[in-house]
Amino acid sequence: MAIQVEKESQPMMDQRRPCHILIPSDPSEARRVQEEIETILKAHQFCENDIFGIRLALEEALINAIKHGNRMERGKQVRITYQVHADLFTVHIEDEGGGFNPNALPDPTAEENLERPCGRGVMLMRHFMSEVSFNDSGNSVTMCKHRNGRTG
Amino acid sequence: MTSQPRRKRLEVEDVGDVTVVNFTDRKILDEQNIQLIGEQLFSLVDESGRKKILLNFGNVEYLSSAALGKLITLNKKLQAAGGRLILCNIDPQIYEVFEITKLNKLFNIHKEEQAALQAF
Repeated sequence: MAIQVEKESQPMMDQRRPCHILIPSDPSEARRVQEEIETILKAHQFCENDIFGIRLALEEALINAIKHGNRMERGKQVRITYQVHADLFTVHIEDEGGGFNPNALPDPTAEENLERPCGRGVMLMRHFMSEVSFNDSGNSVTMCKHRNGRTG
Repeated sequence: MTSQPRRKRLEVEDVGDVTVVNFTDRKILDEQNIQLIGEQLFSLVDESGRKKILLNFGNVEYLSSAALGKLITLNKKLQAAGGRLILCNIDPQIYEVFEITKLNKLFNIHKEEQAALQAF
């Protein structure tokens, strides 16, 4: 299924306007969004470290939205809005699920949780992005990453 | 979750009694890929009875938390079977993922494959 890009979408090099994407709850669609954003970040000369962190945070946030938020129901969608500014990348991801309380997540680095196979996604998002905030109901997340340096 | 073809996700080589595993995917991010990688890793222990596994990350550029989960489960399986898991050749950016999650304390990690082989 093709990614639906809404009317406000703009040519790749326009840094000022947000791009809106609507995808079904399908991890392969999430991967396509990540690849699209990675291509745009490269075009805007974000450095490898920044792109690594953004890509990882996007994966974690999109999988959270698809798997935990929308529970893999293809009929439910994930809304993504991203924007590339001169020195900043911002992204907003919203699912149709009931949300969760990010402050109630157990600390995955605690001794007793170290061997748990899940529960590290939000921690990785917070580490690799400059700012991460959830709405009150916990079904949308806004993240931003300041540019650290140009490549080349 | 099984719509993707079951192509081989791992390159497995025996070096003495150690099973050296290289990943064919550069990005271990996608849920479906991770599921298949997990199945193929677990079968090395559950079906082939391998006890000493060395995972070489030299080819890997990205790793998500879901992939970390598979590594943790593999480690548990090997421990339960009296075996051992060692990781090596991890890119500095990916090593950062292990550090911030403190999984560098859980896993035995070496820089080079040769040193890792000698650590078994």
